[in-house]
Amino acid sequence: MIPKVLISVLLLLLGYAFWTLSVGYAPDTELNRTAAYYAANAESEVGAPNIVTGIIVTWRGLDTLGEVTVLFLTSAIIALVLSQSGGPSGVSGADFLPSGELLTTGARMLVPLIVLFGAYVIMNGHLTPGGGFQGGAILASGVLMALLAEPTRRFGHTAILRIESLSGSFYVLIGLAGMAIAGGFLDNGILPLGQFGTMLSAGAIPLISVLIGLKVGAEFSSILQSLHETEDA
Amino acid sequence: MSTLMQGLGLVIALATIGAATLAILTRSTVTAVLAAGLVSLLASVLFVVLAAPDVAMTEAAIGSGLTTFLFFFVMGRIRRESEK
Amino acid sequence: MSQIALTCGFILILAGLYGALTNRDILRMIVAFTVANTGVNIVLVAVGYLPGRTAPILDSAVPVAEAAQRIIDPVPQALVLTAIVIGLGITALMLAYAYRLFRLRHSLDISNFTELKW
Repeated sequence: MIPKVLISVLLLLLGYAFWTLSVGYAPDTELNRTAAYYAANAESEVGAPNIVTGIIVTWRGLDTLGEVTVLFLTSAIIALVLSQSGGPSGVSGADFLPSGELLTTGARMLVPLIVLFGAYVIMNGHLTPGGGFQGGAILASGVLMALLAEPTRRFGHTAILRIESLSGSFYVLIGLAGMAIAGGFLDNGILPLGQFGTMLSAGAIPLISVLIGLKVGAEFSSILQSLHETEDA
Repeated sequence: MSTLMQGLGLVIALATIGAATLAILTRSTVTAVLAAGLVSLLASVLFVVLAAPDVAMTEAAIGSGLTTFLFFFVMGRIRRESEK
Repeated sequence: MSQIALTCGFILILAGLYGALTNRDILRMIVAFTVANTGVNIVLVAVGYLPGRTAPILDSAVPVAEAAQRIIDPVPQALVLTAIVIGLGITALMLAYAYRLFRLRHSLDISNFTELKW
């Protein structure tokens, strides 16, 4: 057990460091060079009005690929950690309370709407705030609602796994196609940039957004599912 | 406009800090988890004030929605097992 | 505005760190970590905020020609977007390990786990 004195000394030191940082802080008046480049070339290079999506999907696309890989590893490790419990399988869910009439009916009505909203957020990611990550999280919350409404029902592990691995493979394939046809790995110029500000524009960005959304949604769903469905000891 | 936004930001920041204090200091774990979800929700409003709508959407969907439910899944599991 | 948000984020980091160091319950430590995580995200977004500018989305209000003078820094926002998603992954991992530890000892008190104590 760390003594209280040590904790307060550590917090005081950190607090002093933070205090000096925030007192002397003056916000920039100009964008730095990287940001100014992104702002000036958003239309001509990626064709996406939402610059944040442009950065995530195209300019720093490799980082995003790494990130979905990290998420995949997380969901795999969680499934591994929770599955090492032994115990009889297939009896899980027997001791769940049945969900109420209100939740069941509400979920039946809301889940399609939530999934539709997730698809909308994913498809408009390059025009308005949104994109693959947000839409994927919304899709996963739809799965979460279905899990809450019918706790005894088993969702298709294989379906989620297939969606996850197929979207991941297509993501890498699109990246490789960018190397072969356009300027480099994950370049969105493999499709024409189109009219700036319309739905089917910005080259491959909508396509990549859909793949990221499906992959993130499937990974979150499988995390939720493995936390929900592990066998009781 | 600017002073209005400043005031709004100040109020939200104070509410966020209050919710965080509740999350750290409260005795019941359920209250702590809910207060942590509230911190995320208020932070997402703060992100809107800071002109970051993308981050606000992500924080609202992931930080305050899915994280809170992960906690409740695990807590429900632990409660069921300790009752045995 | 950015100073307010910066201070708020720093206070959240300190509060989260305090909670993680003083709580004995593993679940409460994880809650404290998520609070600190939110604080770090607020600090990063606040650093990218420039007063008097608008969100980095080009539309009729922000034409492309004057975008560099009108929008805030989009790079920290992209970074924080990544950080939030990874943060959920980390939280889920911590919760899974906490559940395993609970299985092992039927307790969530950190003082019951003494194997690595020195």
